[in-house]
Amino acid sequence: MSEDNGLSRRRFLTVATSITGAVGAVAAAVPFLSSWQPSARARALGAPVEVDLSKLEPGSMMRVIWRGNPVSILRRSETMLKLLAGEKADLRDPDSDVLDQQPEYARNATRSIKPEFLIVISNCTHLGCVPVNRFEVAPADLGPDWVGGFFCPCHGSKFDLAGRVYAGVPAPTNLKVPPHRYLGDKTLLIGEDAEVAA
Amino acid sequence: MIIRVKHIPAVLLSTVIGLSMPMVANAAGGGFALEAAGNDVADIASLQRGARNFVNYCMGCHSAKYIRFSKLQETLRLTDEQIQENLMFAASKVDETMRVAMPAADAARWFGQVPPDLTLVARSRGTAWVYTFLKSFYLDEKAATGTNNLVFPNASMPHVLWELQGLQSATFHTSTNEETGEITEHFGDPAYFESLEQVATGSLSPEEYDQFVRDIVNFLDWAGTPEQLERRTLGIWVLIFLLVFLIFAYLLKVEIWKDVK
Amino acid sequence: MSNAPANAVPEGAGRGTRLLAWIDARFPLSKMMREHATEYYAGKNFNIWYVFGVLAMVVLIIQLITGIFLTMNYKPSAEDAFASVEYIMRDVEWGWLIRYLHSTGASAFFIVVYLHMFRAMLYGSYKKPRELLWLIGMVIYVALMAEAFMGYLLPWGQMSYWGAQVIISLFGALPVIGDPLVEWIRGDYNISDITLNRFFALHVIAVPLALVMLVVMHILALHETGSNNPDGIEIKENKGPDGIPVDGIAFHPFYTAKDLVAIIVFLILFLGVVFFAPEMGGYFLEHANFEPANSLKTPEHIAPVWYFTPFYAILRAVPDKLGGVILMGGAIIVLFLLPWLDRSPVKSIRYRGWGYKGALAVFAVSFVVLGYLGMQPPTDTYTLIARVCTILYFGFFIYLYIYTGSEQGKPVPDRLTYHG
Repeated sequence: MSEDNGLSRRRFLTVATSITGAVGAVAAAVPFLSSWQPSARARALGAPVEVDLSKLEPGSMMRVIWRGNPVSILRRSETMLKLLAGEKADLRDPDSDVLDQQPEYARNATRSIKPEFLIVISNCTHLGCVPVNRFEVAPADLGPDWVGGFFCPCHGSKFDLAGRVYAGVPAPTNLKVPPHRYLGDKTLLIGEDAEVAA
Repeated sequence: MIIRVKHIPAVLLSTVIGLSMPMVANAAGGGFALEAAGNDVADIASLQRGARNFVNYCMGCHSAKYIRFSKLQETLRLTDEQIQENLMFAASKVDETMRVAMPAADAARWFGQVPPDLTLVARSRGTAWVYTFLKSFYLDEKAATGTNNLVFPNASMPHVLWELQGLQSATFHTSTNEETGEITEHFGDPAYFESLEQVATGSLSPEEYDQFVRDIVNFLDWAGTPEQLERRTLGIWVLIFLLVFLIFAYLLKVEIWKDVK
Repeated sequence: MSNAPANAVPEGAGRGTRLLAWIDARFPLSKMMREHATEYYAGKNFNIWYVFGVLAMVVLIIQLITGIFLTMNYKPSAEDAFASVEYIMRDVEWGWLIRYLHSTGASAFFIVVYLHMFRAMLYGSYKKPRELLWLIGMVIYVALMAEAFMGYLLPWGQMSYWGAQVIISLFGALPVIGDPLVEWIRGDYNISDITLNRFFALHVIAVPLALVMLVVMHILALHETGSNNPDGIEIKENKGPDGIPVDGIAFHPFYTAKDLVAIIVFLILFLGVVFFAPEMGGYFLEHANFEPANSLKTPEHIAPVWYFTPFYAILRAVPDKLGGVILMGGAIIVLFLLPWLDRSPVKSIRYRGWGYKGALAVFAVSFVVLGYLGMQPPTDTYTLIARVCTILYFGFFIYLYIYTGSEQGKPVPDRLTYHG
């Protein structure tokens, strides 16, 4: 009887000590794992970027760096917008159904807030290469069906003028649209959502 | 033996802890005693005033380059507008650190050396040193800046706060050579310091000035170790946890050692 | 039975048993557990002095883990080092905690190691058959000093810089090779980015690797001879019919349970410092080290960190550069010879004469006094006291050799003294 008590007391203390120790070990791991989070400096460097769009001509594109990644800003011309509105049967995700690839406010036919301006992160969704601009129609190497877009030289992925991926190429999803909003008519802020008005 | 051998480690540990106390007042200067600042880092209002004083009176020349405005904003509980209007003159983004606009080369030409960064001054010199330093400028016609300092003799820094404090003159003891009867002046030597006297009043009363300086020191104390409040709070929880752990572990040890005869 | 092949697992054995059998057939897991824990027998009368070995292990682990994480954000260059430490303290999430754990750990390491070494002197743990155990331990101690010294340069503060300047200059005292040697260690004409970079490499890779291997050797040597105990009696010489020492108890669960209590008490003290006094009043983190290194301006008062100060005081006590360096080195080398200087067959202080007890007390006091003096500015009085203590320090070893040739102690009992 008393031996039973002794055993259960010992078992209780062993379990209690082990659990407390495990809790302590997990708590001690937290600071070390958290230290891998972006530091205050990384967050400062990753702060939203302001872009002046007033000098960007229709049909031309500019690049800015946001959080170390290239962000392409394409001012689509009338012609481009017309081409974009055409056939989309050969697109993998024509209606931007993969929600992670753009904020809600860019989930539309042009994948942008203003139809004119396309803002996408220029890292191919396949393996991260930077696609090149191929805005010309039906060039020799891309075939007669090409209506302008982006072409990734690494593994041949193709995107249209809204950054939407074509079917039958390695890239799985559309190019990512970063959070952005307009501060003025021609001033853009990349890195902050349209809804979050500070 | 009165102290049993097994108790010696505990005795040694407490000796080490005891020994560390007198060294708190580090870098004491000569015969002039430092005055404790009596600041309180938990006093947010004082920190806010200190930050404002620092930005207005010190940051023309001295940076605090390891401090981010965003961290300052968080600690001082300021809104975006408050920090922009009151503390950020040269910087435009809260992510930036507290740097100075003055180019280092100009500073070196004007003052003979680049004014040091002050982020860690309260750690390297101690709060009492900074507090006393800011209070102990006195008139010295030989000095290039017109003033000298009791804690930091021949400092190249002028008394930037003189309009607030007013001006002080200092008297020093003389020494007499016992053989020749010759009397030597010791003006400017803190070891012979006698007294300070207010010769011109400033815009602040002495009490207001002390508080003004104390706020700056408080800000610098925080700037040197911005984690200190968080650290102590967390420390208490950690120690409480370990005490609970100790109770279980000790009872388990006693239980297991019952078998040892 | 213990080495039964894997296919001898009884029918219906649980998954755990079968997995263990599978491993044991390929790696001596159970065998090692038995040899080093459940069937490693130690005297049942260990007192508080016997916890510092395991505490040193705990501190080693703390230093290794925090060190690895500091390396992830530290920049070993003269240009960036100081700022990168402040970056860790301010910008990196929890960086301040990791850094304070590491800086406090350095001092904690020496506290437990000094007490661990003193334990060996109290109970004669360096004596036959444990001479090699002591020598490995001494090599660990020297490696630890090198590790601490090189680590102290890394924050690139004023004390880092000038402390390294002073210590490296010591090698310049050697005749002929002195100056070229100093230049070779620095890799430059003064302490520079180059020196910092190589010290970093040694501090984070070479020495820790050596330390870990030495610690493994230290434990293997210990488990070969068996642990000494406060009575200095070999428990292996009195075995029961089951082959287990009569006065021995298994390391696990008895000493694991006891050591856990010691570890928690240690952590309370250690984390108390980390959270409430990480600078420890300037002893663990020197105030002047919060100013960036400046090769043109020496701080008013240079003192090494407290754990080096006994030897630093001996160095300063000698009015000759080469003599000081030789004596300082000698103060460490003489410790290596301890197993052969102490000729008494009696191990434990409990059964030794007052001649030894008194001398050990004088030795311990002079070591602590030297440590204190090493932190103070050298005045005439202090230098005189330091000289007296230096003589006492070395005198202890000479006296020990002569005295133990004919020491009269008390009779050593056959069994351990243990009062439940």
